[in-house]
Amino acid sequence: MGINPDLVGRIYPAGESYLVGREKIREFAAATKAANRAHYDVQAARELGYSDVVAPPTFAIIIAQRADAQLISDPASGIDFSRVVHADQRFTHHRPIVAGDELLAELYVDQIREMGAGAMITTRAEITTAAGEKIATTVSSLLVRAED
Amino acid sequence: MIEFESLEKGQVIGSHTVQVNRADLVRYAGASGDFNPIHWNERFAKEVELPSVIAHGMFTMGSVIDLVSQWVGNPGAIIDYQTRFTKPVVVEDPEGSNPSEHEGTTISVEGKVGALDAEARTARIDLAVSADGAKVLLKCQAVVQL
Repeated sequence: MGINPDLVGRIYPAGESYLVGREKIREFAAATKAANRAHYDVQAARELGYSDVVAPPTFAIIIAQRADAQLISDPASGIDFSRVVHADQRFTHHRPIVAGDELLAELYVDQIREMGAGAMITTRAEITTAAGEKIATTVSSLLVRAED
Repeated sequence: MIEFESLEKGQVIGSHTVQVNRADLVRYAGASGDFNPIHWNERFAKEVELPSVIAHGMFTMGSVIDLVSQWVGNPGAIIDYQTRFTKPVVVEDPEGSNPSEHEGTTISVEGKVGALDAEARTARIDLAVSADGAKVLLKCQAVVQL
């Protein structure tokens, strides 16, 4: 089964909110080998004007990939996760994510392009606070490789 | 703090290397929630026609941006960050090595000022990222608000 072209334009509403934890930011920063103190040290983050530790610039991928999971696990999508290769990624930050933020992600299927026997699917997650403040926009392109 | 006026297009902001071994990939999988087995199970990776276990593209993208965070001082100043993943970073598991201690694969990054916008007071930093002598990220660009 190939990827379903009717997915373009589909919107997956935000699921449960994601509460950004201080230890999660520290764990993610350590896992990406980040050295900047503002990811670990509350005092260092406060000196930069933040209320708590600041997430690394790619932290929002956690929230974006949770939103993407809705699409990938949707039986109507026809996407085989084991054949997915990450092709492109972009983060636009409207303001930095800090510990304590409670975030929602609405997922938009923006584009599907056939690539030989496979397909490239572009999704966009609009990340906001529960109050509706815009935090980040992430755009991901996934190449779904065809079965040989 | 970096002064916008002090920057020139083409100026090198610095360079850095990141080592990645199998244990690092397990740690990144746990921290990010991306448990795709191509990043930690060699048999499975080979069965889906990959050369071996490969690093998460997001590990590479996530690890090279610290160069910019450290240069600018404030990671929250990075308002936009994008890349294209062109080539997988293969992470080997040599016989007799401890996967937590092996030096792993070296990812090299160099940052340059790619563009300046005087009105917005932003600098675009272009990152050249390679592993095993090949470019692994293309159009890897971070926009910094100064």
